[in-house]
Amino acid sequence: MVFILIIVAAITFAIFFLLPRLAGETAYGLATQYVGRNPTPAAVVSMEHQLGLDQPVYVQFGRFLWAIVAGEHYNGAWCGPPCLGYSFKNQQPVWPQLVSDIPVTFSLMIGAAVIWLIAGVTIGVISALKRGTIFDRFSMTIALLGVSLPIFFTGLIALELFSYKWPIFPNVQYVPFTQNPYEWAKNLVLPWLVLAFLYAALYARLTRAGMLETMNEDYIRTARAKGLPERTVILKHALRAALTPIVTIFGLDIGLLLGGAIITEYTFSLHGLGLFTIEAIDNQDFPEIMGVTLLACFFIVIANLIVDILYAVLDPRVRY
Amino acid sequence: MAPLLEVRDLRIDFPTDDGLVKAVDGVSFSLDRGRTLGIVGESGSGKSVTSLGIMGLHHGTKAQITGEIRLDGEELAHADPARVRELRGAKMAMIFQDPLSSLHPFYKVGDQIVEAYRIHHRKATGKQARQHAVDMLGRVGIPQPAVRAEDYPHQFSGGMRQRVMIAMALCNDPELLIADEPTTALDVTVQAQILDLISDLQAEFGSAVIIITHDLGVVAELADDILVMYAGRAAEYGAGTGIFGQPGHPYTWGLLASMPRLDRERQTRLVPIPGTPPSLIRVPPGCPFHPRCRYTALTGGRCPTEVPVLREAVTPGHAAACHLTVAQKAREWAALSADQVPADAGEPEARQSVPQGGAES
Repeated sequence: MVFILIIVAAITFAIFFLLPRLAGETAYGLATQYVGRNPTPAAVVSMEHQLGLDQPVYVQFGRFLWAIVAGEHYNGAWCGPPCLGYSFKNQQPVWPQLVSDIPVTFSLMIGAAVIWLIAGVTIGVISALKRGTIFDRFSMTIALLGVSLPIFFTGLIALELFSYKWPIFPNVQYVPFTQNPYEWAKNLVLPWLVLAFLYAALYARLTRAGMLETMNEDYIRTARAKGLPERTVILKHALRAALTPIVTIFGLDIGLLLGGAIITEYTFSLHGLGLFTIEAIDNQDFPEIMGVTLLACFFIVIANLIVDILYAVLDPRVRY
Repeated sequence: MAPLLEVRDLRIDFPTDDGLVKAVDGVSFSLDRGRTLGIVGESGSGKSVTSLGIMGLHHGTKAQITGEIRLDGEELAHADPARVRELRGAKMAMIFQDPLSSLHPFYKVGDQIVEAYRIHHRKATGKQARQHAVDMLGRVGIPQPAVRAEDYPHQFSGGMRQRVMIAMALCNDPELLIADEPTTALDVTVQAQILDLISDLQAEFGSAVIIITHDLGVVAELADDILVMYAGRAAEYGAGTGIFGQPGHPYTWGLLASMPRLDRERQTRLVPIPGTPPSLIRVPPGCPFHPRCRYTALTGGRCPTEVPVLREAVTPGHAAACHLTVAQKAREWAALSADQVPADAGEPEARQSVPQGGAES
């Protein structure tokens, strides 16, 4: 796991620090961008030194890695582990900025995940059981819409309708849970629904396909032959088997979203990791980009690990 | 006393886009307590659908069922599905062909048996049910049943899995046990063990058993009565001794002649039945077997036009649906069993001349 993270760090580092250099960008040129208007050569050289750009590339990378483990002094300021670099633009360590953005992304993800899991799985199961009926066709058409429509479209429509035309959820902004749980939830309802719409559609289709497959399994016939009520057959025998692959995908989706729901956060101006990423890219702030990439990667790796463990728990046939 | 199970003129149809599939087309039989009925036939002859109809497992599909199924006097074919569900697993139980796919892969076998027991014994405590499950596993010959109850199906061998299935089917002491191809997925050595187990347990529990198979060896070993099915209809029905001693239907002759036997000369050729089973959507008119039958010339053109009814065959106590006269049957079977292989047997032209019945359903 640590190995994967180092590899990812190396690749991101290579993309943002080595490639520009190969393309002819110099440390001096890079530093010029961060000094301000009308830079004097002396100021640029001083900035180059402050940002550590005057050192060889491998030393910069080494410092970056070391800072994650042990912390590091950047520009005279202490950056505690996991430092994740020192922002060129803001002239401050990256990690504290990330920390303040994580709760926003996490809040967005957790609410949406609950909604899409419940809605997606329920609709998927009912669709599979009532295959070919009006309900099935209607919900699968909606699901197709959900999968196809981009979030910047559904998000803006939702904002237009429910924030401006009928101001049920006006001025969406992030209120910390600890400060006011009601306001926290109320402000996040729209982003939750918009994000959940996409994923619920995906999960409804997956669940439907999985249920249709398991309902034809021999052990479902056995369960019926035992005289179990249809409810038990569906919930305990069929759904249990159909949900196992869904759990896998769910874990990976969560890992991915923790790295920032970029479009949703941008659409609703929620300052989470997604918006952080966009700003970092806008500012060409390489350390910030590296920091957020590495953090996202960390979430994905952890999610993968949990999924693998969970899979062995859910399916007794799986052994490592 | 009335028989435990009585099936009269059972018809099960499945509407499909291509037409009506007559999976079971007017089958009647009865079965007493403690007796064993063997239902024999090729794939698509309707033998499994018959059993699913008895168990009420056709509910939820598009199957249309007519006729009568009486279990201990109670009508099931048109009964409330909820009532049939109460009987299912309690009064009638079923074991299936492939024990690996028939057991739920995610639950321990002990828990699966407990579930089957408690659904019909609501007052039983978890501990009692558990003890009962372990007892049942022991009775079907699983060593260390208390330990193995904690294992998952994939940790058992094929034969042991089928034993688990049997334990689960018998845990509520059913009066009727339906075994649908119980040994087909197993090794030959294990097959014999499972068959012995079924007949031992039948003696112990006193239940009636229906054994569905395409393997005449299995029926010969276990069955008191035999029902030979072809294209959803009964071709021959009666006591096992009668059918094996003096079979009265060319289809049964074909089944017997195509079966390898140790008590014959090795040089004796096996005689296959030419052609394939007919489509159940377009069953041939008259006798459904006539396109594959070698004896149609003997009946004066009745075979393709007139549906034969089940009537007393060569020996009393069993009936066959064939237009041949008793004397003709006796003569032809005598010739066959004297290893006079029919002149056309095994020759490719003869097989090609048989109209193909279409897709097997």
